[in-house]
Amino acid sequence: MNDRTEPREQKKMKPIWYFVGLVLLTMGVLVFLTGIFMLVFGVKSTTALASLHPNIWWGAIMAVAGAVFFFKNR
Amino acid sequence: MQAIGLTFIDWLIIAIYFGFVLGIGFYLRSYTKTEDDFFLAGRKNTSWVAGLAFLSANLGALELLGMTGNTYKYGMYVAHFYWIGAVPAMLFLGIYMMPFYYSSRIKSIPGYLKLRFDEKTRVLNGVSFGVMTLLVSGINLYAMALVLHTFLGWNWDVSMWASALTVALYVTLSGLMSAIFTEIIQFFLIWFGLFLVSILGIIDIGGVNEVFSRIPEAFSKLWSTSGDPTQNGMMITWGGIVLGLGFVLSFGYWTTDFLVVQRALSAKDLRSARMTPILASFFKMAVPFIVILGGLIALALARDPGTGFTLLQDGGKINYDSALPMLIARYYPPGLIGLGVTALLAGFMAGQAGNISAFNTVWTYDIYHSVFNKKASPQNLLWMGRAATLAGIVISVGTAYWAKSFPSIMDYMQAIFSWVNAPLFATMLLGMFVKWITPNGAFWGLITGMGSSFTMFLAVKFSWIDPRFITMSSVQSDMAVNFWRAWWAWLICFGVTIAISLFTKKKPDEELVGLVKGLTPKTLGQPVPLLRRPAFWAVLSLIIFLALNIWFW
Repeated sequence: MNDRTEPREQKKMKPIWYFVGLVLLTMGVLVFLTGIFMLVFGVKSTTALASLHPNIWWGAIMAVAGAVFFFKNR
Repeated sequence: MQAIGLTFIDWLIIAIYFGFVLGIGFYLRSYTKTEDDFFLAGRKNTSWVAGLAFLSANLGALELLGMTGNTYKYGMYVAHFYWIGAVPAMLFLGIYMMPFYYSSRIKSIPGYLKLRFDEKTRVLNGVSFGVMTLLVSGINLYAMALVLHTFLGWNWDVSMWASALTVALYVTLSGLMSAIFTEIIQFFLIWFGLFLVSILGIIDIGGVNEVFSRIPEAFSKLWSTSGDPTQNGMMITWGGIVLGLGFVLSFGYWTTDFLVVQRALSAKDLRSARMTPILASFFKMAVPFIVILGGLIALALARDPGTGFTLLQDGGKINYDSALPMLIARYYPPGLIGLGVTALLAGFMAGQAGNISAFNTVWTYDIYHSVFNKKASPQNLLWMGRAATLAGIVISVGTAYWAKSFPSIMDYMQAIFSWVNAPLFATMLLGMFVKWITPNGAFWGLITGMGSSFTMFLAVKFSWIDPRFITMSSVQSDMAVNFWRAWWAWLICFGVTIAISLFTKKKPDEELVGLVKGLTPKTLGQPVPLLRRPAFWAVLSLIIFLALNIWFW
C-alpha cells in the first residue's frame, strides 16, 4: 500500500435497478435480434405457435423494460 | 432422455448471465468494507429491494419445477403453498414481529434468542439452523445438477462445480449484498423467462376458461373438496391445511427462518423492514400465474392426445418435474430457450447464494463469536464470514455427492423444515408475546419440540406407528403427514415451554424491554401518509388473499 496516496472519494454505488436494466436490455435485444434473423432469413422453428414469432415481441418487451430501468438509473 | 436442445444464441445468453453475476460480485467488492456491509448489506436497502430479495430467496428453481409438477399431479391445491401457506405469515411478520427483530439491532434470529432467553438457546438454534441450511444447500445443488443433466444433457460434475464456484466467488467477495443483487436479477429473469410459458399456453389452448374446462373439476377447486380427504388429490382435510401448512409450517418458515428474515434486516429503517414481507406478499400471490397455470396447462395439453404433449418417463413412472421443461421445449424457439434455461439456472444459484449467506452469518455470530472467540474484532469477523462462505460451499458440494449416492435424501427435504422451524415458531411466539416465559422453558421446549418431530418422522418412516395416529384420518399422503407432524411438534414445544416456565426463573422485566410485547413502549414517530403505512398495505394484501381464495373456492 502506498502511504503517500490520498484516499480518493469512492464513487457512489450504482443501484440494483441499473444492473437489472442492463441484464434485461442485453438479453432482450439478443432474443429480439434472433427472432428478426429467423424471420428475415426464413429459419423455420418446429415449436408450437412459431408463427407468432414470440422471440420478436417478447424480446422487444424485455428490451424496452430493461432500457427503462437502465436509463432511469444510469 | 434429453428434452431441450440449445443453439449458439442460447449458450451466449447463459454465458452472459454467468458474466453478469461474477461482474457484480467484483463490482460490489469495493463497497464491502465492514462486517455490517458483508452480513447485512450495510442496512441501507429500500423496502422494494429487501422485499424482492425476501421473496426471491425462497423462489428457487427446484420449487418452480416441483410446484408445476405437483399442480399437474394435484391440481389447484398446490396454490395453498402460495396463498394460505405464505401470505398470513408474511403479514404477521411485517405487522407484529418485525418491530422486535429490527429494533433490537440483532444480526440473526439466534441473536434474538440470546437477548430474549440465553446463550444456550441461541447456540442450539444456531447449530440446528446451520446444519439444516447446509443440508438444504447441498440437496439443492444435487437437484440442480440432476435437472440440468436430465433436461439439457449437461455433465453432472461440470454443471455442479461451475455453479458452486460461481456462487462461492461472488458471495465471498461481497456477502449478502451480492446475494441480494443476484436474487433481484433472478426475480426478473424468472418472470421474463417463464411467464411467457403461461401466456403461450393460454393462446394455444384457447383461453383460461378453456384450460379449466379440460381438466377434472376437482383440480380447479381450492377448498370445496377439503371436507373429505378421499375427494382431493392431496388426501388432506381443511384442518391439516389450516393448522399444519397455514399456521405452523408457514409461520415457522416465514417468520423465523433466517434465510428470509435476513433480507428484511438489511432494510434501511424500521418502516422499510416492516414493508419488506408485506410487499413480498403481493408478488408471492402472483407466482401461481407461472407455476399453477403452467401445471394446469400441461395437464390440459396432456389430456388431449391431438396435442402430442406428454411428460418424460423415468423407469415407467411419470416424471412430474418435467412439466415446465416440456412446456419450454414446446413453445420456446431459439433465444427464448436460452432465456428459460437462464431463469432456471438463476433460480438455482440465487437459492444457493441465499443459503450460504445466511449460513455464514449464523456461523460467524452465533457459533464462532459466541462459542469459540468472544473477543473477535470486526475485521476478524469479516474474515471469518468469508472463510465460512468457502467452507459452506465445500460442505454443500460434499452433501450433493452424498445425495447422489443416496437419492432418497431428497424425500427428507420437506421434513427437515418441520424438525427445525415448526417448534422454533412456538418458542418465538411465546418469547415475543408472553413476558414470563423463561430461558429454561424455551430451551427445553425447543429440544422437546425438535426431538418429537424427528421421532414422529422416524416412527412413520419405519412403520413403528400407523400414520393415521398423526393425521387423524383413514387416508393420507406424505404431504398430509408432514403438515400434521409440524402441528404436533409445534403444540408439544408450546406446551412444554409453558409448563417448564411455570417452575423456573424468569428474566427481569428491565432486560426484556424492546424484546417482548407489553414491556416495549410504542414509539410515536412523525405521522405517516396512509399510502406509506405498512398496515394499509397489509390490509390490501389480505383483501386480495381472501378474494383469491373465495374465487377459486
